[in-house]
Amino acid sequence: MPLRLEIVTAERVVFSDDVDLVSAPAAEGRIGILPRHEAMLTILLPGEFHYTKDGVSYPFAISGGFMEVLPDRVTVLADTAERGDEIDEARAEEARQRAAARMRDRQSARELMLAEAELRRATVRLQVARLRKGRPNR
Amino acid sequence: MASAREIRRRIKSVRNTGKITKAMELVSASKMRRAQRNVLATRPYTDRLYDVMGELTMRSTGGSSNHPLLQAHPEVTRVALITVTSDRGLSGALNSNLFRATARFIEEQRGLGRAITIIAIGKKGRDFALRTGQSLGSEITGLGDSPPLVDVLPAATRAIKGFSADESGRYEFDEVYILYSEFVNTLTQRPKLRRFLPVEAPGDAGATKVDYTYEPSREDVLEQLLPRFVEVQLYQAVLESIASEHSARMIAMRNANDNAKELVRDLTLSYNKTRQAAITNEISEIAAGAAAL
Repeated sequence: MPLRLEIVTAERVVFSDDVDLVSAPAAEGRIGILPRHEAMLTILLPGEFHYTKDGVSYPFAISGGFMEVLPDRVTVLADTAERGDEIDEARAEEARQRAAARMRDRQSARELMLAEAELRRATVRLQVARLRKGRPNR
Repeated sequence: MASAREIRRRIKSVRNTGKITKAMELVSASKMRRAQRNVLATRPYTDRLYDVMGELTMRSTGGSSNHPLLQAHPEVTRVALITVTSDRGLSGALNSNLFRATARFIEEQRGLGRAITIIAIGKKGRDFALRTGQSLGSEITGLGDSPPLVDVLPAATRAIKGFSADESGRYEFDEVYILYSEFVNTLTQRPKLRRFLPVEAPGDAGATKVDYTYEPSREDVLEQLLPRFVEVQLYQAVLESIASEHSARMIAMRNANDNAKELVRDLTLSYNKTRQAAITNEISEIAAGAAAL
């Protein structure tokens, strides 16, 4: 039984295909999903998202959202989602440093919160970009 | 009657204007196609979100979840209106139709004794609010032709914040409405007024009857999902308005083009008449001169 994975954002459909395994940063820890998983609705945290197909793992950077799991289908409603090979490492690094700088000269509690979220997202993107680099032949 | 030279000058100027409107028509046509694609691209996300919302709210009506964004305020005295207009003109009656609908809405609400705040997306709507002396809650301009979601978020955040109780339990807005251009088809765009907050929970029409496990809990999921739902509705309204803007401009420019062509035809006719009249005149003068000799 195949597992259909769909990753959509408000702007576009990022990914849609049959996969073997999904690994997602859910609200209460990372979870792995195989076909015939029980129906579930969960919040996703900013983090690395993977799917595995034919023994190869493909990373995505996700900045939070929701995931709906049905026995034969997983739908990810992501705030933003980027494939590992779409991320420009240099730019991700730049964004991370910018976010870190903003965190240092924060003004209010709200700004600190925003900057922190920004930093977390930037860090995830960078991690995913590096992961991708470790597999030059794919 | 104008002299032949004057008419010739006029023809040239009309032709030049026609070239500009022709170019604008073509540009708008391609921008419109892209804008329509953008609207369609949000569908998968909104449709899924809608289903999940239906699922969550349907079950929570019997349950304990009373999310503030779903709750109507007991008394409505302050209302916010989000107006989605274009930044630029030359788009036919698009913006004036929106202004008329805005004015009607304001009058209606005033009649009910409610105070209005405008949240303007688009320069034209902002200018209208300022010109007619409305209180302007916030504004977003310069969105461009295919704005990312984050660019429209400030307006959604503003609306949600105003609708939610502040520290002392007071509300800035009791209801929030949105007015935008609905894209019916290339020829028709209609001003559309919708209630934005409190959120109208979708029924169980599309909801799959599945027993989900919620993580961390149903309330938490709903808590996170509702603002997204609101944001994405605003985003769709903005994208649809952009598609409307371009198709309205395309039609306006096509009309301008047709008018220019007709004008050139008329002017050419009167130019030829004037020219012929001058020639006839000259010949008869020469003939008269020759006869006099």
